[in-house]
Amino acid sequence: MSKRSIIALKVLLHLLCLAPFAYLLHLYRNGALALNPDPVNYITHFTGNWTLYILLATLAITPLRRLSPRISFLVRFRRLIGLYAFFYATLHLATYVFLFSGYDIVTALGGVRAGHPGEIVTQWKVIWPAIVDDLLKRRFIQVGLLAWVILFLLAATSPAFIMRAMGGKNWQRLHRLIYVAAIAGVIHFWWLVKTGVRTPWKDTAVLAVLLLARIVYTAWKRTHKRTPAVRIGVASVSK
Amino acid sequence: MLLRKSNNLGPSIPSSEITPKEVFEQHHQTRRRFLTGAAALGAGAIAAAHVPELLHPSQEVHAAAQLQTVPSQYTVPDAQTPFNKATNYNNFYEFGTDKSDPARHAHTLVTRPWTVKIDGLVKKPQTLDIDGIMKYRPIESRVYRHRCVEAWSMVIPWDGYPLSELIKFCDPLPSAKYVEFTTLLDRKQMPDLPGGFDWPYTEGLRMDEAMNPLALLTFGCYGQPLPNQNGAPIRVILPWKYGFKSCKSIVKISFKAKQPPTLWNEMAPNEYGFYSNVNPQVDHPRWSQAHERRIDSSFLPHTIPTLMFNGYGDQVASLYSGMDLKKNF
Repeated sequence: MSKRSIIALKVLLHLLCLAPFAYLLHLYRNGALALNPDPVNYITHFTGNWTLYILLATLAITPLRRLSPRISFLVRFRRLIGLYAFFYATLHLATYVFLFSGYDIVTALGGVRAGHPGEIVTQWKVIWPAIVDDLLKRRFIQVGLLAWVILFLLAATSPAFIMRAMGGKNWQRLHRLIYVAAIAGVIHFWWLVKTGVRTPWKDTAVLAVLLLARIVYTAWKRTHKRTPAVRIGVASVSK
Repeated sequence: MLLRKSNNLGPSIPSSEITPKEVFEQHHQTRRRFLTGAAALGAGAIAAAHVPELLHPSQEVHAAAQLQTVPSQYTVPDAQTPFNKATNYNNFYEFGTDKSDPARHAHTLVTRPWTVKIDGLVKKPQTLDIDGIMKYRPIESRVYRHRCVEAWSMVIPWDGYPLSELIKFCDPLPSAKYVEFTTLLDRKQMPDLPGGFDWPYTEGLRMDEAMNPLALLTFGCYGQPLPNQNGAPIRVILPWKYGFKSCKSIVKISFKAKQPPTLWNEMAPNEYGFYSNVNPQVDHPRWSQAHERRIDSSFLPHTIPTLMFNGYGDQVASLYSGMDLKKNF
């Protein structure tokens, strides 16, 4: 894979990952969001769904590249995609805090327009107890916040210099938490839908396949250890 | 619970037979205050507002026959939810679990002919025809607040007459303490019926709740017959309770001595009580009920505090005096 095509693919991936967000902005600007019966609900589900989709895409890279050495270059895009999962998770969290929690955004923005930006904080103080209440009482919010905190840690430690500073082993250990984040994300989904609703089953199935692929690969590698390992060893010696 | 006796029940009809519309009307002509005539299905079609459906382009608002209604004192002054939102954002799981599913799928529901079976503890079990039921009393237009347990709310003009009127007509026995409603169950008309539910959908009320003047037997909204997704052709509306208590597309009304099991309460008793009165003090495990998102014409959510009994305390609080509404939620 040439450097130029890697850059081109990265640009394409940025555009692809930003497309859902651009679509949301488009719906806002053309008035479709205001026509939607429950815009807040729509945005919450939209950003939540895309967080999961992108998280699953990140997790799909390792099993995919193992299929053939020719596509092993995919790993170069993993961090980029993973950061977009954090981007949508943050939008999702912000939607909850400022639009879903009961925060009076209309009054807060009205205050800003009238030259009283303090209104943002005033409204925050009003709703803060309700958010704490949600956090203490509602397990789907707890597990969702856990997933966001993990994604935040992974995003914060994603620059190469931090990776070097942490040491590869530690960095990898921390970044394995992505499995916890993905599982927490799916549990968050199951816990928030009403009893009897099975909407999250597709995301769950994809996650299960991606995790199973890893288990199967590890088991396969263990049984086929000898032959390929020897061959690689020979090849490297002869080099 | 004392119920007024219905006068002149007329010739007895076998319970297996549908009460003809004419008979149903004849016997109650004297009790009518108004003649509603062919209000239900007559009148000219009104051109429905065509709002671009950018998110669900497959939906179209169809022009429907207008209902002839009379104004009612039970009307709140709150700004009404736009028709398009009230008819495109529905919980009607028989047509799918997503809010937009019912509007897309409920066209398969056949609402004529339609009968409602009256059974259980009544003097005379019978099956009533929908057009007869609709003409039995003048249809009032009542603007009610509508609060969903999912913490959103709407303000909707419903068209119907008090449920108590039909109950009096059904003439329940004094031993009837509860009334149970059953929604249609037909897999042919409801191909999206999700598994994992104990269909058909049933809901219930204590008799005194059902006799409360606010309990509305509903045939329409916004001055026209109920769209299928809103529970056509007949449903109940109980504005002081969470929306799911208001059974849709009713095919059976049954009078019982004991509290009937209800679908949501059976599925998750810790989440959905039998009473389900709107109560800002009692949280649902997933949604704080202290405030609600009013669905109106704006993009930004109008968050407002939730009122006890959805603001209808003056009319209904006495029904629950002496009850612990945290236990009996």
